[in-house]
Order: sequence, then structure tokens, then C-alpha cells
Amino acid sequence: MTRITKPALDVVSIRSDFPILEQEVHGKPLVYLDNAATSQKPRPVIDAISRFYANTNANVHRGVHTLSVRSTELYEGAREKSRAFVNAAEAAEIVFVRGTTEAINLVANSFGAARVRAGDEVVISAMEHHSNIVPWQMLCQRSGAKLRVIPIDRHGEIKLDEYRKLLNERTRIVAVSHVSNSLGTVNPVDEIISLAHERGVPVLIDGAQAVPHFRVDVRALDADFYAFSGHKMFGPTGAGVLYARKSLLESLPPYQGGGDMIASVTFEKTTYNVLPHRFEAGTPDIAAVVGLGAAIDYVHALGYDAIESYENELVAYAVDALSRVPGVTLVGTPTHRVGVVSFTVEGVHPHDAGMILDHEGIAIRAGHHCTQPVMDFFEVPATNRASFAFYNTRAEVDRLVAALAKVREVFGS
Amino acid sequence: MSDMRELYQDVILDHHKHPRNFGRLANANRRAEGFNPLCGDRVTVYAHIDGSAIRDLSFEGSGCAICMASASVMTDSLMGKSVDEADRLFVEFHDLVTGESAQTPDLDALGKLAVFMGVREFPVRVKCATLPWHALRAALKDSEKAVTTE
Repeated sequence: MTRITKPALDVVSIRSDFPILEQEVHGKPLVYLDNAATSQKPRPVIDAISRFYANTNANVHRGVHTLSVRSTELYEGAREKSRAFVNAAEAAEIVFVRGTTEAINLVANSFGAARVRAGDEVVISAMEHHSNIVPWQMLCQRSGAKLRVIPIDRHGEIKLDEYRKLLNERTRIVAVSHVSNSLGTVNPVDEIISLAHERGVPVLIDGAQAVPHFRVDVRALDADFYAFSGHKMFGPTGAGVLYARKSLLESLPPYQGGGDMIASVTFEKTTYNVLPHRFEAGTPDIAAVVGLGAAIDYVHALGYDAIESYENELVAYAVDALSRVPGVTLVGTPTHRVGVVSFTVEGVHPHDAGMILDHEGIAIRAGHHCTQPVMDFFEVPATNRASFAFYNTRAEVDRLVAALAKVREVFGS
Repeated sequence: MSDMRELYQDVILDHHKHPRNFGRLANANRRAEGFNPLCGDRVTVYAHIDGSAIRDLSFEGSGCAICMASASVMTDSLMGKSVDEADRLFVEFHDLVTGESAQTPDLDALGKLAVFMGVREFPVRVKCATLPWHALRAALKDSEKAVTTE
């Protein structure tokens, strides 16, 4: 008989992997709750980058010399890790980019140039990050296409009925986030994708806030494009991934021109390189890609089952604790939430609250979170956002709650 | 929390909760908007200027306590002053909150504005305190363009 044990995380040991968490801020132990902006990096990631520069550094795909070969092996090794990470069929479907923003710009430019014409429509949702709004607006301005926006409800969830109505014969692409960075809503992307596919419309999923929290399988989702950043999932800044279905990627023109993306160049004609290199012009951030590979290894070693069950419990605890604080109102109350809790404090602007919390050693984000349309929808100028990772604890949630009492004390509310 | 109370002085909290001269000015002949796109603070300053005299001032908008209180105290302090005096106080106030000037601030001239001295310890908040002043200066120059502290 197999005994099923609940996977558990040894958070004390995990925290010791993250050197930055050991420090004090304003004389108090740091409570880092700004993970949706960027996560912290474990020692194995920091070491992988440092080792790369100390031992291996050379340009990739260039030389016959030993270091270049080793550097290329590490770089392409990270591509294979990224492939397995999202369960893509082939490594050629993994394009390294600077981050989610660049991935979306790549698709908006390349797919846009090939497939989007005047009178066509691009569908996004009302909860998108500016990085999944502005590239499409720019495409619409260039092409004469129209941007259509799926509305959200008071809970901060996509209105699927409205989405169904928006899809039509003019729709060329749908671009939505897997998880909202300002509300924490997990969107029903499988349903969003299958509805689009019924009309033959490809879908881009912004997975920046998803991959730090749960396993993503691009083939199970049947996603056409899936974008994420390394730095939000414990890797360094400067490296992210665009997954693109091979049949689609093959049909797209290059995004940027330069070295590495070509097969041959004369002044008369240039032949482009094979996938995925055709979309990686110039020397990439090799060390960051190596660091991303180390981050994937780190997450896999912990295991998504354990991460998910720990975080679900922690975030539920935070939602419950925060909603009991007098004067605190949660912004966004989705049924399915990961990672993020946004809230306001009565009579206290988020920048004032954020600053007082900082003096208690607590780092949260105060602002519009690059989602101004979401702020307009909820009629708030800004929110306080606590965002979590697997190294956060209940004790840290308690510290946040206690510090919010001080915020109200300073403001006499 | 002592340093927090140095920033959030009672006068500041009072002006934040009960802003003076808040709302559109019916007889305004100048107006300008100040906007900080990074934090979303937004202030519109209205002025009634008669020759070189500031006869009336008001503001509306939304933002953090420092920004709203700064607008409130500013309108209170400059009412009835001349445009030249307002310019001089802007320089004094700017030096007060940035702490950049080598000279000690002229607390007598600043009067109630001196409560914002604590801002200099928090460089990220300087733009909150100065946004209403930038909007005022734009209004006095009769510039209709929104000003920004970014």
C-alpha cells in the first residue's frame, strides 16, 4: 500500500537559502511582501551566476574554443530546462527574452505585422498589466486594428459571457494574464483558450504571476504563446521566456535583426537562422539565462505540490487576517486567488501606509501596480499590495497586521 | 515610530483630514494641474490674481497625506501675498524639504510651512510635498499645461 503524505515545505531551511532575508530594515527583521514586483534569489541562483562569470564566461553560438562551447552548453541547457518547466514539446519553441514585457512586444510586433490588419480586432482583459495593454495599443495604432477589452466584475474576475460576445470573425489574437498582478485572480485560461480556438484564434497568456506559484503545462492548456519573467520566479532580472507553438513561430517574421538570428548575410540578401535563434538577435544575457536555469532547478527541488499547498494555506490566512483589521478593505475578492492580496486602509493613502510599514521593516507595494484601468474600475487611486512567496510565513502576516494598527495609530483613525 | 511622527506632524495630519481652501474657485483667472504619474498624486490649483497680488487660492485633487496637506498649507500661507513673495517662498520651501541648500531655512518667513521640514529625511516624498507648488507656479505663469514632478 502506498501511503499518501501531504507534501510539506521546510520554510526555516528554505529561508536560509535566501541571504537577503536575513537583514534588518529600520532595526526590524525584514518582512518581504513585494514578491509580485520581483522575488528574492536563493543562494544556488546567485552562485550559478557568479560561477558563470568566474569560470565559464564566453559568447554563445560563436567560437570553437572551450569556454564558448561550455557557455553554449549552459545556455542551451537552460533552454531545455525551460522547455521541461512549461512542458513544451520542443526546445525550439522556447525563445529567451529579457522578460514578460519583451515577450509580449515580440508577439505584438511579429505576429502583428504578419496577421493583424486594419479592421481586425485584438482582445485583452480589463485586468491586464500595462505591459499586456500598451504593446497591443501600439499595434492597433500602427495597423488600424481595434482593441477590445473583456470587462471584469466586482470580485475582480473576468466576465466570460462578455468574452464570448467579443470573439468574432475579426478577432486575430487574444492576450490575457494567467494571474492578475494587482488582484491575484487566477483566470480560467483553459476556457479562454478553448473558446478562442473554436474560432481559430491564437491566444497569448501572460504567465508572469503564475509560474512562481503553480505548475504550468502549455500543452495541457493548448496555449499558443506563453510569456514569463525569470526574476519573479527566483531567477535574476534580464532573462525571461516566450513559449510559442512551433507551427506559429515558424510563420512569423523576425522581431529584431542582428547577429545570431541569421544564417547568412550579404548586402543583397539575408537568410534567417532556424528557430528559436531567429528570434534572439544579439548577445543575450547569458548569465541571467544560466541563473534562470538554476531557479527552475530550485523550484523543482521544492516541488510545486508542496509550494502550492503551503502558499494556498498562507494566502488564505493573510486574506482572513487582513479582512479582520478595522478600516481595511480588500480590493478584489476572487474565488481562485494566488500570491496577491490588495487592500486599502480607510483614510490613509497607500503611499503613507507603505512608508509607515517600511519603518516597521515590512516591504509591500503601494501604487497602481501598472494596472491603472483596474484602479479606475475599483475607484481607488492606488492600493496596498502584499504579495507572497513560499518563503513567507504566518508570523510575517501577523507582523503586517500589527504594523497596520500602527498606521492607523499615526493617522489617528 | 518617533521619526514617523516627525514626518506626519499634527498640523500635517490636520490639514490632510480637513483640507483648507479645497474645491474649485469660482472667480479663478488662473489654473494649473500637477500630476505625478508614478504615484498618481493629482492636484489642480486655482488662483485669482489681481495685478501682482494673489487675491484667492484653492485646490482640488487626490493624493497622499503629504501632498494634500502641502496643498492645503500652501494655499493658506500664500493668500493675500504677492506673486513675487510666492516665488520667494517656493525657493524657501524647496530648500526646506530637500535640505539641499547650505543655508539654514528661514523659519520665520516660512511660518506654518516649516512643518514640512521632516520631509527632508525621506527623499522619496519630496515630490509629494512640492507637487502643489509646481502646479501653483505653472498657474501663476498662466500655463494651462499639466506639470509633473517626474
